[in-house]
Amino acid sequence: MDKAVITNKLTKKFGDFVATNEITFDVAQGEIFGFLGANGAGKTTAIRMLCGLLKPTSGDARIAGFDVYRQTEQIKQVIGYMSQKFSLYEDLTVRENIRFYGGIYGLNRADLKAKSDQIIEQLNLGSVADKLVASLPLGWKQRLAFSVALVHNPRIVFLDEPTGGVDPITRRQFWDMIYEAADRGTTIFVTTHYMDEAEYCNRVSIMVDGRIKALDTPSGLKRSFGTDSMDGVFQILARGTSTK
Amino acid sequence: MTRIRFIIEKEFKQIFRNAVLLRMMLAAPVLQLILLAYAANFEVKNLNIVVVDQDHTTYAQRLVGKFRHIDNFRLKGYVPAYKPAYRELLASRADLILLIPPHFERDLGKENRASIQLLVNAIDGSKAGIASGYAQTIIRNFNDEIRTETVAVQQPATGGRLEIENQYWYNPRLEYKTFMVPGILFELLILVGGMIAALNIVREKEIGTQEQLNVTPIRKHEFILGKLTPFVIIGLVQFTMGLLVGIFLFQIPVVGSVPLMYGFAFLFLLLCVGLGLLISAISETQQQAMFAVFFCLVLFILLSGLFSSTENMPTWAQYLNTLNPLRYIIEVGRNVMLKGSTFRDMQSQFVALLLMAVALISLASWRYRKTV
Amino acid sequence: MNRFFAFVRKEFYHIQRDRRTVLILFGMPLVMVILFGFALTNEIKNAQIAVLDFDHGQHSQRIIDRLLSSGYFRLRQSLTSYRDIEATFRQGHVKLVVVFPPNFTNDYAHDGLAQVQLLADASEQNTAISLTNYATSIIQSYNNEQNPPNAASPLQISVEPRMVFNPDLKGAFVFVPGVMAMVLLLVSALMTSVTIAREKETGTMEVLLVSPLSQLQILFGKVLPYLLLSFLNGCIIIALGIFLLGIPLNGSLLLLLAETLLFIFLSLSLGLLISTIAETQLVAMFASLLLMLMPTIFLSGFIFPIESMPRALQFISQIIPARYFIDIVKGIMIKGVGLGYLWKETLVLVSMSALLMGISLHNLKPRLE
Ligand SMILES: Nc1ncnc2c1ncn2[C@@H]1O[C@H](COP(=O)(O)OP(=O)(O)OP(=O)(O)O)[C@@H](O)[C@H]1O
Ligand SMILES: [Mg+2]
Repeated sequence: MDKAVITNKLTKKFGDFVATNEITFDVAQGEIFGFLGANGAGKTTAIRMLCGLLKPTSGDARIAGFDVYRQTEQIKQVIGYMSQKFSLYEDLTVRENIRFYGGIYGLNRADLKAKSDQIIEQLNLGSVADKLVASLPLGWKQRLAFSVALVHNPRIVFLDEPTGGVDPITRRQFWDMIYEAADRGTTIFVTTHYMDEAEYCNRVSIMVDGRIKALDTPSGLKRSFGTDSMDGVFQILARGTSTK
Repeated sequence: MTRIRFIIEKEFKQIFRNAVLLRMMLAAPVLQLILLAYAANFEVKNLNIVVVDQDHTTYAQRLVGKFRHIDNFRLKGYVPAYKPAYRELLASRADLILLIPPHFERDLGKENRASIQLLVNAIDGSKAGIASGYAQTIIRNFNDEIRTETVAVQQPATGGRLEIENQYWYNPRLEYKTFMVPGILFELLILVGGMIAALNIVREKEIGTQEQLNVTPIRKHEFILGKLTPFVIIGLVQFTMGLLVGIFLFQIPVVGSVPLMYGFAFLFLLLCVGLGLLISAISETQQQAMFAVFFCLVLFILLSGLFSSTENMPTWAQYLNTLNPLRYIIEVGRNVMLKGSTFRDMQSQFVALLLMAVALISLASWRYRKTV
Repeated sequence: MNRFFAFVRKEFYHIQRDRRTVLILFGMPLVMVILFGFALTNEIKNAQIAVLDFDHGQHSQRIIDRLLSSGYFRLRQSLTSYRDIEATFRQGHVKLVVVFPPNFTNDYAHDGLAQVQLLADASEQNTAISLTNYATSIIQSYNNEQNPPNAASPLQISVEPRMVFNPDLKGAFVFVPGVMAMVLLLVSALMTSVTIAREKETGTMEVLLVSPLSQLQILFGKVLPYLLLSFLNGCIIIALGIFLLGIPLNGSLLLLLAETLLFIFLSLSLGLLISTIAETQLVAMFASLLLMLMPTIFLSGFIFPIESMPRALQFISQIIPARYFIDIVKGIMIKGVGLGYLWKETLVLVSMSALLMGISLHNLKPRLE
């Protein structure tokens, strides 16, 4: 099967500072790939390179077969991206935001209408469909942002801390949506700071100071580190570097 | 191509939703036009004059009387001596002091000549020049008057006399508003086009939506055109409002072709928005962008000939001014609107504006990067 | 108090990070002073004129030579018919046309009366007026030379005008105080209103408000750096005025600085007031521009004389703070007067600041709670 993401020694330096250091991994099509790491580990930097927002300093990466140096525009056709910073227009309504991003991705009039109705129905936003996004609670906003990132049925979607600050119930709903998308064959690339969420992933990589320190299925990781929770794995890896 | 439509649609929604901004954008041109048209007046009027009369004769009184009941002067009163008169100048209560020395009438009768002192507050030099000119004319007329009274027979003039007839074309009554409005009409466009466009895009950067746009397959030219169009349209609406105010409220004559004016307004707006786009591409925050636009604006306005003529500037400033878009468009405004200049007459301005617009927009799209 | 200084330091970091803005903040007054001081003159030099000479006689030729050798004018075109005038004006290079009617020389020499026409393009009004004035005086002096005055006429009143305060009629005496008022307003009011709006927009204002600092401390902390920046800017402009443009400092420097601080404080209060109304930077900026900068430029007497304005505008100009500040600066620097003469203006500025500060503090409370 085609790999959705392949990277080889992908590196980004800001001046002397190495934000991501020769990371190498691949993600299979349809996989839910967890991307863990402490604050400042380099997760967002890596994602921005993969999305074609940031030029790598060295190394290679291919997204759905497209090269991140030369084929950024093709990459943008096939990916969705939900940035760490909430980035829907707060001064547009729910419906207007969907329409705008859908339009930008080239959906036609009929598709736009159908898609808007479908998202609003699916998220149960009927009562606030014509309210400004600014007035929605955070959890709703994040779910809306996720749906908007999927509006053009991308093959891969990058989610950068999609559930930061969201309550447990909404988080649960959010992951239901992720699973639904994955069932439809979408590759999910997700960063998170919640260890319970890491358990939901097919495979998880853990980044420390710009490098990937471990990459396996959650159960594989737990086994090799000899603990019974992802939290334990994370603690060992994080402490390991600080004592070094 | 339809993507552009969605950007334009979204911009308009956002603009119309921001009621405060919308109101201010519409109020700005009208307010500025009204302020300028009424305030912009270099005429020197209502000069406060204070008299020191140390002669107390009929001649002195008659001379002072000449300063009463005329438009340019307001006779504030008498003070007894030089010292208190100077104090009036210090306290800004007088613009002009007329000092009639003792024995004024006697000297005039006996020695055939006498002198009068005029103290003018000259902090504002050009105003002082005009004020003292007015006063001297009044005194000269008085001189002629008493001369004809005493010397019965006028000495006939020898040699020739030269009459100079002045005609002020296109603005025969020298109304400042006629002269100011066409310039201001275009000057306003840079405010909307340049400033708001620049801030709008930097704002998207600041709140993070720009990054979201950058991961979409949107093309550079689509983004630029999509952002350009709404501001050009708003600019044209503003221009229309300003034009209507100018024509109906201020009765500014429109001699030239209106479509030609719109054509130039359109070109100039493209240029302004291009400048805004360029500034937004090199700014990280709205504050930076704002000050950058401000800086350009001040530079452009001061050198544009809006207030003072461009031809008299030193050479270095003239060279600098070849890069000043506002100067060309103000020339166009005045020439087309007041004089009826044709496109052919304004060719060089057209070429200059076109080159600048193309350069700015290309620079902006070159600097605008989806991948950093 | 330590906390307070930490906060002020943060503001300074913001400003310092933003090199470009700092550059513009200090570059703007410099550029304005240089432009006003050296580029914007109403002196005529080598202005392009056209001549329409139907006469081709001795006198018309001599007057033309006189005009062209004066250094003020340069011949661009010799026209042949009235029709050409319109076309020439429309191209816009020529702003003055001198017309000698047929038989001009003959009329002048024999009939003793001849007419010359000066046609000016008044769509550029200022230029038109000065061109006409210069040409008129050159032609008149030619006429005077042709008719040397006969023996002294009787009853000669001579006028001795004295230009007090500014004998050389330097333009700098007007615009330096004006530029100062404008720049101080710009930096203080615009900058504060925009930074506060920025904190609101990005949500950091809330963080600050829950910090143990009191609201007043926060506001003063935000405002203090701009006060210092503006003050520095004011000093630079004063120095440029004195050393570069030759404006005297006849009064007390201390008083001048104190008044400058007062004006800055007033501008900051204005900025605060605007920031209590504006939710976004764009709105703050537009409000500052519309409510502050524009009226200041037009109604403070900086560019246009207040006495010539219609009543209503004269009335409005009384609530423009810059107007009083400009008078104060002129008074101290040029006239060399002290508070004895300027107490009224100072009092107005003080009460305006108190009022503005009062309103904005009052506004702030319910909004930021
Ligand atoms: N444009 C930039 N210039 C300089 N340094 C940067 C830049 N962007 C990121 N960094 C630095 O690179 C490092 C990694 O940042 P990154 O945002 O990728 O971390 P992260 O893993 O996403 O952290 P978080 O969990 O906080 O989101 C950080 O130390 C950050 O300060
Ligand atoms: Mg991150």
